[in-house]
Amino acid sequence: MSLRVLRPGLLTTVQDGGRPGFRRYGVSVGGAADVRSLRLANLLVGNPPLAPALEMTLVGAELEVERDLYIAACGAEMAATVNGEPLPAGRTAYVRQGAVIAFRSAAQGCRTYLAVRGGIDVPRKLGGAGTDLAAGFGGFAGRALGPGDRIAIGEPASPPPAWMRRLADEAAAAQAPFAAASWFPEPFEPWRGRMPGVVRLLPGPEFAKFRRESVDALLGERFRVDPRSSRMGCRLVGPTLQLAAPLEMLSEPVSPGAVQVPPQGDPIVLMADSQTIGGYPRIAHVISADLPLVAQLKPGDEVLFELVDLAAARRILLEESRYLRRLAAAVALRE
Amino acid sequence: MATLSCEICPLGDTGILVRMPGSDPGERRRARALAAALESDPPRGTIEVVAAFASVAVYYNPELRNYDELRAELAGRINGLSAMRPPAGRIVEIPVCYGGECGPDLAEVAARAGLSAEEAAWRHAAAEYTVGAIGFSPGFPYLEGLPEELAAPRRAMPRTRVPAGSVGIAGRQTCIYPFATPGGWRLIGRTPLILFDPDRMPPSLLRPGDRVRFVAIDEARFRSWKRVGP
Repeated sequence: MSLRVLRPGLLTTVQDGGRPGFRRYGVSVGGAADVRSLRLANLLVGNPPLAPALEMTLVGAELEVERDLYIAACGAEMAATVNGEPLPAGRTAYVRQGAVIAFRSAAQGCRTYLAVRGGIDVPRKLGGAGTDLAAGFGGFAGRALGPGDRIAIGEPASPPPAWMRRLADEAAAAQAPFAAASWFPEPFEPWRGRMPGVVRLLPGPEFAKFRRESVDALLGERFRVDPRSSRMGCRLVGPTLQLAAPLEMLSEPVSPGAVQVPPQGDPIVLMADSQTIGGYPRIAHVISADLPLVAQLKPGDEVLFELVDLAAARRILLEESRYLRRLAAAVALRE
Repeated sequence: MATLSCEICPLGDTGILVRMPGSDPGERRRARALAAALESDPPRGTIEVVAAFASVAVYYNPELRNYDELRAELAGRINGLSAMRPPAGRIVEIPVCYGGECGPDLAEVAARAGLSAEEAAWRHAAAEYTVGAIGFSPGFPYLEGLPEELAAPRRAMPRTRVPAGSVGIAGRQTCIYPFATPGGWRLIGRTPLILFDPDRMPPSLLRPGDRVRFVAIDEARFRSWKRVGP
């Protein structure tokens, strides 16, 4: 065992890249709500990009390190400390046995991913290591972490690169509980040079069935994130959205990113743990590249929407993919 | 061109939805036939095919395939569909203990239909059902074919906890809850079978197109049924 939970935080679960391929059985893909931050954290500790990590929500966990570990935390900044000393976010750190890592509240953003070199070691279910909270399987015994839980870490496929070993040497030489890398691939800037708080949408299957004023409201007004949001969906409050005429809908397959509008008119953006089929009309669909942004919205945050077309959405996704591959190459080349 | 009769549209940037023009049993069979054809010979870039009632979603990798090409390929497949029947669904027997603690709403459903509880249970079990979709939760089947007189609206106040295996009625459909969850369907019985097991392959007992027959068992048999799995 390698990590012991002292305080679990608000909602901390083991998540990886998800388990695609079982939606026909009603099993959500699940996995990290902000898969981009998961990838970055794993990259920083030399793990496969979608290796299982701990997803912490709004208030992070306090963990005791039971053996020396390489870690990295990416996503929302939670003012993390190791034995009370500030732990830089978004950087590789070597943490020594006996140290206590404490994550506090996210000042900005919602979710933080703690990756450990070797990956979180839990039994795989249906091809994935993530936690399906609704069905109670996967991840750590199918549930959120609780006090006293002890988490196993896997064996890395290869020895650490020289720059990581130097961190270990540094910590030992200074007799310090940890040593953090002085460099980082990028600060946590989810909007990356774009207008913050603007999420890009594609029209949904029922886009044309909504009133013109509702489409205009969706694309022109602010929406606020409701506290009743979860890994199943991000509930928004703002102008209510209405169909032009009543619509009888059979349930159809739905996927994360879909913007569903229930009868009372407040839209919900479906997230990682959303159900696989649904019967509410879908006015829009968040582009895949912007799902990590939605995952970082917390109650009270405001969001605006912008409509793009499918060609643009695909281009943005491919650019994101290239960007992540360049980052991975840059880290891999470090000596 | 067959595409005129089916609506094909994007599901975000990683999915395509094919919606049959109607929702009658024939259209639902066509949807399942399409899903079966796509599963046995998936278009390049396909991650998964999901059928639900009268629609089919194809989830794909946009790095491997773009929407327009995939849409055109799907349209071509749909063209060849009229000659296609879906594979014959398996017949699955589901033992059910009706009424009593297993089905607290049976008496009410029966009264609404002007029947005794026994008669209502008999009629529920006598029908043959088809699985229209799996969703709501892993392994949760929506079953079509409920005798009209047994139809009942959802409860105004859902129960906070419906026991696993509960057989419910909502509108013209009947369902089975694989897990203990909150639920608003009227509960008329309970099966000892495990509907979803992540350690089993396939993990869901039922799939769209399966035909289901309920078989009444008494409470003693329900309690003593050998449960395999969680």
